[in-house]
Amino acid sequence: MSEIAEKVRAIIIDKLGVEESEVTPEASFTNDLGADSLDTVELIMEFEKEFNVSIPDDQAENIATVGQAISYLEEHAK
Amino acid sequence: MELKRVVVTGLGALTPLGKTVSEYWDGLVNGVSGAAPITRFDASKFKTQFACEVKGYDPEQYFERKEARKMDLFTQFAVIVADQAVQDANLLDESLDKDRIGVIWGSGIGGLRTFQEECVNFANGDGTPRFNPFFIPKMIADISAGHISIKYGFRGPNFVTVSACASATNALIDSFNYIRLGMVDIVVSGGSEAAVTEAGVGGFNALKALSERNDSPETASRPFDKDRDGFVLGEGAAAIVLEEYEHAKARGAKIYAEIIGGGMSADAYHITAPHPEGLGARNVMQNALKDAGIKPEDVDYINVHGTSTPLGDVGEAKAIEHVFGDHAYNLNISSTKSMTGHLLGAAGAIEAVASILAIQNGIIPPTINHLTDDEQFNPKLNFTFNKAQEREVNIALSNTFGFGGHNTSVIFKKFSE
Repeated sequence: MSEIAEKVRAIIIDKLGVEESEVTPEASFTNDLGADSLDTVELIMEFEKEFNVSIPDDQAENIATVGQAISYLEEHAK
Repeated sequence: MELKRVVVTGLGALTPLGKTVSEYWDGLVNGVSGAAPITRFDASKFKTQFACEVKGYDPEQYFERKEARKMDLFTQFAVIVADQAVQDANLLDESLDKDRIGVIWGSGIGGLRTFQEECVNFANGDGTPRFNPFFIPKMIADISAGHISIKYGFRGPNFVTVSACASATNALIDSFNYIRLGMVDIVVSGGSEAAVTEAGVGGFNALKALSERNDSPETASRPFDKDRDGFVLGEGAAAIVLEEYEHAKARGAKIYAEIIGGGMSADAYHITAPHPEGLGARNVMQNALKDAGIKPEDVDYINVHGTSTPLGDVGEAKAIEHVFGDHAYNLNISSTKSMTGHLLGAAGAIEAVASILAIQNGIIPPTINHLTDDEQFNPKLNFTFNKAQEREVNIALSNTFGFGGHNTSVIFKKFSE
């Protein structure tokens, strides 16, 4: 697993209070990991802070699963 | 219309003297001080370096980490004491009509630490707004009542009263009124505060409101003593379940006491200084007595606001002599803030619990730390200095007054059918 993927998973585990085993690439923040709309906003903010990127709202809407977050950040992280 | 009777059927407390109602009461009757050096932040540069914090508090003892992170400390305290009171009053009973159960809470300030941290984060950044989505719903004072309603599904009236240090008493009076008007059967009321932060201590220090007796925190809160030099900031919460009497009786609820009156008034004088003759304090006690339909002579105990400030204690004592006449000298008076410190918007809640338990146990908790008499107070007044006193208490009155000149009093009575 890439360093970025590991960091993303750690953030998700921390913010959503979920078990490591639940954080699979297909896991949806809202459907599988118990996040509400505010939690997902907070997650996006944490990704922005950790990876020093700015994620526009229209792109943030497409980040709904663990895998989508990882591939977006692998592409955009500085 | 005929007003309904309202009784107390559940209690909860998390205070600087202990994390349950029984620990709190033990501390009160034993004259324990909750003051100690501040642990919540580095106070070494502050004029006041001590406070009455809730000791040994670990949020993970009560909440999932994820849940705790979304609540400011004042809301965590609110949810914890509400849970104690809900269990005590057996409100988890599924047969109760949850549309008829409200939550009316009091907090003077709300999420001060949350506000402080988010503003500091922004100020330290490059001007890009990166406010946490939980910032506003953690900070706003009313979120405490919101969280309690969500946890239990209580769908009745739901709001928070804000009147500085009178907040929780305003919440109790509102709850009492809605129940006696028949608008709701049960209200989970009370108050919580968590202002032991840099902004809280620094702000009250700037007002010269706090004691600066750093060499002896445990004797710093000394209401009605000649050498009092300000209040000691406290934190914590208490919950009081108020319920319509017939409703309580029908479900066989345990009844602690009856709430029989509430009074409100304004000083209309100064934003922070109390009226020197205690005019607002006088009016509020008279209003409460009138509302309860009792005579001054009927009162046995007054849990005073008595914050240990040079001016406030004088005005309140004068007001008591004015309202109660010669009976003032038969009363037991005490300021439990000598032990708990001043919990601001939660003061009315923890002091209502103290008043209710004084009725139940026949014990007046003391005003501790009395060393030197002050000639400004009539020596015939019994401030219950230093040691608890046994006394049959039929009626207890509790005063709270807030910055802005808000005054509130509530009256509790020993329950009898």
